[in-house]
Amino acid sequence: MTALALAWQVLVAVALTPLLIGVMRQLRARLEGRAGAGVGQPWRDARKLLAKEPLAADGAGPLMAAAPLVLVVSSLVSVALVPLLGIATLAWVPDDLFVVVSVLLVGTVALALLGLESGTAFGGMGSSRHMMIAALVEPTVLVAVYALSVPVGTTALSAILQARMTDPATVVSPVSLLALVALTIVVLAETGRLPVDNPATHLELTMVHEAMVLESSGRDLGWLELGSWLRLTALLGLVVNLALPWGVAADLGVIATLVATVAFAAKLFLAGAIIAAAEVFLAKVRLFRVPELLAGSFVLAFLSVTASYLIV
Amino acid sequence: MTLTDLGLLGQPLLAVLAFAAAVAVTDQRRSAVAGTLNAALGLAIALTGIGALLGQPGTLTLGSPIPGIGLLSLAPDRLGGIFLIVVGLVGALSAWFGVGYAHGASATRAAWAAYPIFVWGMAIVPGAGDAVTFLLGWELMALGSTVLLLSEHASRPQVRSAVLWYAAMTHLSFVLLLAGFAVLVGHAGGASWAAIAAQPPTGASASLAFALLAGGFATKAGLVPVHVWLPRAHPEAPSHVSAPMSAAMVKLGVYGLLLLCTRLLPEGPHWWGIGLLLLGGASAVYGILQASVTSDLKRLLAYSTTENLGLMVTGLAVAMLLRTAGQRAVADVALVAVILLVVSHAAFKTVLFLGAGSILHATGERDLDRLGGLARLMPRTATATSIAALAAAALPISSGFVAEWVLLQSLVHGDTRGPGADRVIAIALPITVSLVALTAGLALLTFVKVVGIAFLARARSESAGAAHESPATMTVPLLVGAGLVVALGLVPGWVASGAAYAVGASGVEQVGLGGVALPAVTALLDPVALVLMAVALAVPVAVVTARAARRAPRRTVDLPWGCGGVRVDPMMQYTATSYAEPLVRVFDDALQPTRDLDVTHTTESRYLVRAVAFRQRMVDQVERGLYQPVLGVLEAVGDVGRRAQNGSIQRYLGFSFTALVVVLLVVTW
Repeated sequence: MTALALAWQVLVAVALTPLLIGVMRQLRARLEGRAGAGVGQPWRDARKLLAKEPLAADGAGPLMAAAPLVLVVSSLVSVALVPLLGIATLAWVPDDLFVVVSVLLVGTVALALLGLESGTAFGGMGSSRHMMIAALVEPTVLVAVYALSVPVGTTALSAILQARMTDPATVVSPVSLLALVALTIVVLAETGRLPVDNPATHLELTMVHEAMVLESSGRDLGWLELGSWLRLTALLGLVVNLALPWGVAADLGVIATLVATVAFAAKLFLAGAIIAAAEVFLAKVRLFRVPELLAGSFVLAFLSVTASYLIV
Repeated sequence: MTLTDLGLLGQPLLAVLAFAAAVAVTDQRRSAVAGTLNAALGLAIALTGIGALLGQPGTLTLGSPIPGIGLLSLAPDRLGGIFLIVVGLVGALSAWFGVGYAHGASATRAAWAAYPIFVWGMAIVPGAGDAVTFLLGWELMALGSTVLLLSEHASRPQVRSAVLWYAAMTHLSFVLLLAGFAVLVGHAGGASWAAIAAQPPTGASASLAFALLAGGFATKAGLVPVHVWLPRAHPEAPSHVSAPMSAAMVKLGVYGLLLLCTRLLPEGPHWWGIGLLLLGGASAVYGILQASVTSDLKRLLAYSTTENLGLMVTGLAVAMLLRTAGQRAVADVALVAVILLVVSHAAFKTVLFLGAGSILHATGERDLDRLGGLARLMPRTATATSIAALAAAALPISSGFVAEWVLLQSLVHGDTRGPGADRVIAIALPITVSLVALTAGLALLTFVKVVGIAFLARARSESAGAAHESPATMTVPLLVGAGLVVALGLVPGWVASGAAYAVGASGVEQVGLGGVALPAVTALLDPVALVLMAVALAVPVAVVTARAARRAPRRTVDLPWGCGGVRVDPMMQYTATSYAEPLVRVFDDALQPTRDLDVTHTTESRYLVRAVAFRQRMVDQVERGLYQPVLGVLEAVGDVGRRAQNGSIQRYLGFSFTALVVVLLVVTW
């Protein structure tokens, strides 16, 4: 039964993810005075790319084909682990936040290795920047996890979420707010959004994520895009559920699950729309200013831990 | 006769046999015979360890070399058992690798004769039942490793400086230990661990003993600031020696600390734990920061050893702090994490050093900037080394991930809330979590760099392009080691139970398919189940890919995109140095690299550049700030001594006369 619920959660996430990207792009286009390609365009892109032949450079290794699959599977596992719709988890695979973070890191590493495998200057450049950001994000992530786990005494996401559902006042406590702001900056950095990385850039010298996937094409590129988008769903879904724990199914009933699905879609699109609207007014910061931003988010996470001692 | 007894008897026999074989066998077959016998010695050590871990008693009395100091005895307990297994397996794999790897200067009579001394010395340390035997083993281990380290001194001048540093630091460690044990033994009136533990000193003498012993063990463990010998000795030793040095020998420093903090002096004031925490945290961050910006593969691995040892000591320090605060259950989890880190690091660091040896054997290079594309030319070495690198980066599913997960769980579950909470812990734990997290992040970058630059993309030098796979005697031990790394990550339940048994911790259970549960901190990890879940989710992805691949197969072209350019030269690729460049900028203040940039202009115009030369050098700042002044003073003293002893006979007669007068004055006073 739980396995079925998880399968439904993964299906919903996979179906919603391209739409989320579509909503974000369309909103941004409208705010900038462009017509936009429509909400369904990412879905059409993904379908087209997955059917196209990939090109391999002469002498390229099997990693060019394997890395996109590793990325997409790691994203799928994290989508399954994070409680997006309900708080039910499999007994042997608990939704331990440390495990979720590590599973996402597998995808990060697959991308970085792909960037190096292509053997071009841009691939290496993107990979190097990507890993620097990942390395500096790590302290914020783990300290924020620590802050969230202190009130409930466990790092299991479902327990953290359950505590928030039973006592919604904890959501607006300083501990929770500081941790959420820190986590939001982490999500932006990890998924390559502004102000850390510009997903719509066409200038190679400023690229991070795009530079690593420059040499991939066709099916490989399709999986890479889908995998990166799914990361956004997993992380953003986690943050919105922590911020707005309403609508999350407390049991495995059909009606509760359907309500949770609708509520989740609404929350996710809302969060995506806020990010897209904010991105219109943001410029990408210089690469060597990114550590300052991440240090700021680390300070917030650290304050959140210290606050958790004072406010029981 | 128990398994432990049998193993303890077998060890000296096999050690003597290996020594004799190294001396007697001809040059052509020495590596094969001596390597095999050393591998057998390693297995005997591991068997002894298994017996000791299972609680089977065993004692071997070696007799008394000096009358009046009691008998030397080997009697491993459970904690020693775990370390015996680690030493034995690392020794066995490395010796096996040495069969194919050792040649020329590293396969001489002296080198192979020193190997069993080194390995058996490492087995005596955790097996020792008293302080004198412990120190004897400690010196045998130092002696054997120094001879092995010297083996390639004729071909490379750096070896000599490395040996000097190593010998000086290892004797500093010995002197500190000697003094520390003297305090303990003097107080207890006996040299055996049982006697010391029954009558531990208190107050200032306990703190003195702790400081001396902790200093000695930290020097062996390569913690900052006494880490300076590691990045010199590990790269210059032959790879089948660097592996046991880095994966087993430095671990005995951790064994010493565990022995000290859990058995000999379990009750200590707060500052012991805080001191160890500072030492461990600083080593972890500093070690990995240096590793992340280093391009020499073996030097990088040496710095990563400092990082891992730092994490172990951090875990131990946290366990001590939590125990003092009365949180025994969580402290036990931290101790289990220390043992898991020890086992995991032993497994992956062996493979990484042996893998570096295999690369060195094939290309003659250990500079990452000159490697590349080896995955196609050396597939078996690449597979094994990449798996070990995953573990070093603590990614699932590997041994490193499990160990780090247990460590983090123990860190976030220390109770820091409420009025009765310990304030020191409330400050220490969040800082420790941040340090461990930063270490984990930088380790990720470091090992992505190692795998990506060495094995992927195109060869950056001719020697890397002409590489060939190493023979089976080298690749099979590598793959066996990599298999161990994966097994430790997939079914950690067994090792975790063994670790809990070794440190006398409760609250570790095996669950599911070899998973590990920590009821004390309500956490559970079952890697097999996680893998099954990933496989289930991978099935639809694989089906879609397979169907699409049938319709639109992959096409190989000369240049898929190339950004409008052509692939001119493999040197256009990112190198290890350029990969770490953003990090060097971010941590500029801590690293203080020296950079030279020379731009030559053409004679016709200042605006046209003819050539650009860039040089970057990383100097260990701790070494520059701490050791250079001390060495300067020592050199000045040496200068004075040289001037005093100029060889003139009159001067020596004058010295003798003065000495005589002084003695007479002292006697008649």
